[in-house]
Amino acid sequence: MLLEYRSLQNSLEDEPEVSRFSLLCRKVWQLRLGTLGGIIIICLVFAAIFAPVVAPQDPYSQNIMKRLMPPCWMAGGLSEHLLGTDHLGRDILSRIIYGSRVSLAVGISAVLLEVAIGVALGLLAGYYGGKVDSTISFLVNCMMGFPFILLTLSLVAVLGPSLQNIIIALGVSGWPVFTRVARIETIRLREREFVLSAIALAFSVRRLLIRHILPNLMPSILVIATVEVARAIILESLLSFLGLGIKPPTPSWGMMLAEGRDYMLNQWWLAAFPGSAIFFAALGINLLGDALRDLMDPYLRKA
Amino acid sequence: MYFPIKQGILKRTVGYVYAVDGVSFQIQKGETLGLVGESGCGKSTIGRCILRLYKPTEGRVFLEGRDITDLTARELIPYRKRMQVIFQDPYSSLNPKLRVREIIGEALRVHGLFGSDQWQDRVRELMAAVGLHPDQMARYPHEFSGGQRQRIGIARCLALNPNLIIADEPVSALDVSIQAQVINLLDSLKDNFHLSYLIISHDLALVEHISDKIAVMYLGDIAEMTDVKRLFQNPKHPYTRALLDSVPIAKPGAKERRKARRLLMGDIPSPIHPPSGCRFHTRCPEAMEECKDMRPLLLETEPQHWVACLRYQKG
Repeated sequence: MLLEYRSLQNSLEDEPEVSRFSLLCRKVWQLRLGTLGGIIIICLVFAAIFAPVVAPQDPYSQNIMKRLMPPCWMAGGLSEHLLGTDHLGRDILSRIIYGSRVSLAVGISAVLLEVAIGVALGLLAGYYGGKVDSTISFLVNCMMGFPFILLTLSLVAVLGPSLQNIIIALGVSGWPVFTRVARIETIRLREREFVLSAIALAFSVRRLLIRHILPNLMPSILVIATVEVARAIILESLLSFLGLGIKPPTPSWGMMLAEGRDYMLNQWWLAAFPGSAIFFAALGINLLGDALRDLMDPYLRKA
Repeated sequence: MYFPIKQGILKRTVGYVYAVDGVSFQIQKGETLGLVGESGCGKSTIGRCILRLYKPTEGRVFLEGRDITDLTARELIPYRKRMQVIFQDPYSSLNPKLRVREIIGEALRVHGLFGSDQWQDRVRELMAAVGLHPDQMARYPHEFSGGQRQRIGIARCLALNPNLIIADEPVSALDVSIQAQVINLLDSLKDNFHLSYLIISHDLALVEHISDKIAVMYLGDIAEMTDVKRLFQNPKHPYTRALLDSVPIAKPGAKERRKARRLLMGDIPSPIHPPSGCRFHTRCPEAMEECKDMRPLLLETEPQHWVACLRYQKG
C-alpha cells in the first residue's frame, strides 16, 4: 500500500498544470483559519502595544484645514493620511491603531472577569448541588432575564464612564453564561470515574475542582470566552457610541463610529474603517479561539 | 485480622430504589471475594458503599474492625488509603488532561509520602509492577489501549499501598484476550502487595478463576455464598443453578453436558418495586407457595455455605 501511495504522488508531480494549482489550494487550506485568526490578532496586539511607533500621526492633533479628507487612493487624498481624516482633521488610521488599545483592554479584561466569577460559581453549583445550586441557578436565571445591554448601561451610568468601570460593568453583567456552562459540565464530570477515583484517593474538594474538573471544563469555556471577547469589543463600541464609553478625545472605535454617523453619506470613511476594525477584531478572535480549543485538547493535539 | 463489611438499604427521596437490601458479608485478609450477579442487582452499589462514595442509608461498613459508616470526609482520609478501587471503563476512569505519571503519582504527592524527586521513581516502580514501560509515563491516557489503561488504573490504586481493592467489573470493557492478562495481573499482585479483593463481575468464569469465595446476588440480596469449589460443584440456590446452566457450552453436541438446563424466563424485576417475599420467586423454577410471602434469610445450611432459599429452611 505504501508503494502505491508513493507512485501516485510521483505521477501528480509529473503533471505540472494540475499539481501547481492544487498544491496552492492545499497549502492555503492547510494554513487553516486558526492561523489566519492568529495573524489578525497578532497584528492587533502589536498595533495596540506599539501604537506610538506604528501610528503615522498623532491621533490627537487636530487640523481644521485638513478636515474630512478622503483616503489616499481617492481624489483629494494625501499619502500622509492613508485612511483620510475625520471632522477635526485627525488621522483616522492613527486613531484606529490607538483605538485598538482600548478595545483589546476592555475585551480581554472584561472576559477574564466574567470567566473568573462565572466559572467559580458554576463549579460550586455543579459540584455541591442542593441549596448551593438552587441559589446560584436562581441568581443566574434572574440575571439572564435582564436585558444585557440595559444592565451594562445602568452600571456604567451609575459608576461613571471610564475604562475601569466599563470593564467592571461588562464583567459583572456577563458572567451568567459561563456559570451555566460550567455548572452543566461539572455535573456531567463529577460522575465520571476518574473523579470518583480522586475521591477514593482522599483528595480535597479543592484539588478535585481545580485539578480534575476545571481542566476538563476549559475547552467549552474557551470557546464561549472567545465569543464573549468579540461581544465585549462590540459592546464597548456601543457604549462609546452612546456616549457612555471612553471619554473623548481618547480614540475608541465605537466613539469613532458615533462621530462618523453624521458624515455617513459623503465622508463614509469616518465610520467605515473603525467599523471594519471592529469586524476584523471579532473575526480574528473567533477564529483563534476555535484553533486554541483544538490545541488544548490533548487528543487532537497529537493527531 | 479481618474486614467485616455489612450493608443496608439505599434510598432515593422520590421513591425508593432498593438497590441493596439487607446484604451482609465479610472479607478476610488475603481473601478474594467474587460478587456475581446480573446487571442492576446492586453489586456496584455495594462496592461504592464500601468505599464510602455513597453513605449507606442503613447498615454499617467496617474496615479493619473500625466502623466507617458515619465518618466525615476528613475523618475518612486514613481509611480511604487502605481501600482502593478499579473501575470498569478504562476510557473514563483516567483524567484525559493529565499525564500518566501525574495520574499515578498524584496520590503520592498529595499525601506527602514522597519528596519532590522521589515520587517519580515510585511511579516507575508501579508502572513496572503492572507491566507497563516506565518510559511511557509522560504520555497521555488516550495514547494507550484499553488494557493498558486498566493497568494504569491498577497502578494508580496501588500507589497508596491499600489492603483492600474493590474491582468493579475490571475487565468487562476489554477484549477477551486482554481480559485474561489483566486478571492474571491482579492475581499475581495479590501476594506481592498483600491484597484482599472484592471482585464485582457478571462473568462467572472470570470470578471462578481468581476468587476464593463467591457471593451470588439477585436484586439487592445475596442468594448464595460459599467458596468457589463448592459453588460450582454443589450449587443450592435455584438462581445459582440457572446462572451456571446459562453459561454457553463450548461443545454444543457434547452428550454429557446435555442434561436438562433450567433457563430463566422473563426479565429481572425493577428494584423500585421488588417482588414480595423471596425476590426471586417470580422467575424461580422451584418456587413454592410460601415463597411469595416469606423472605428467606441467608442461613448457613452447611458449614461455610450460606443460602437464602426457603427450600433449605424447612423445620
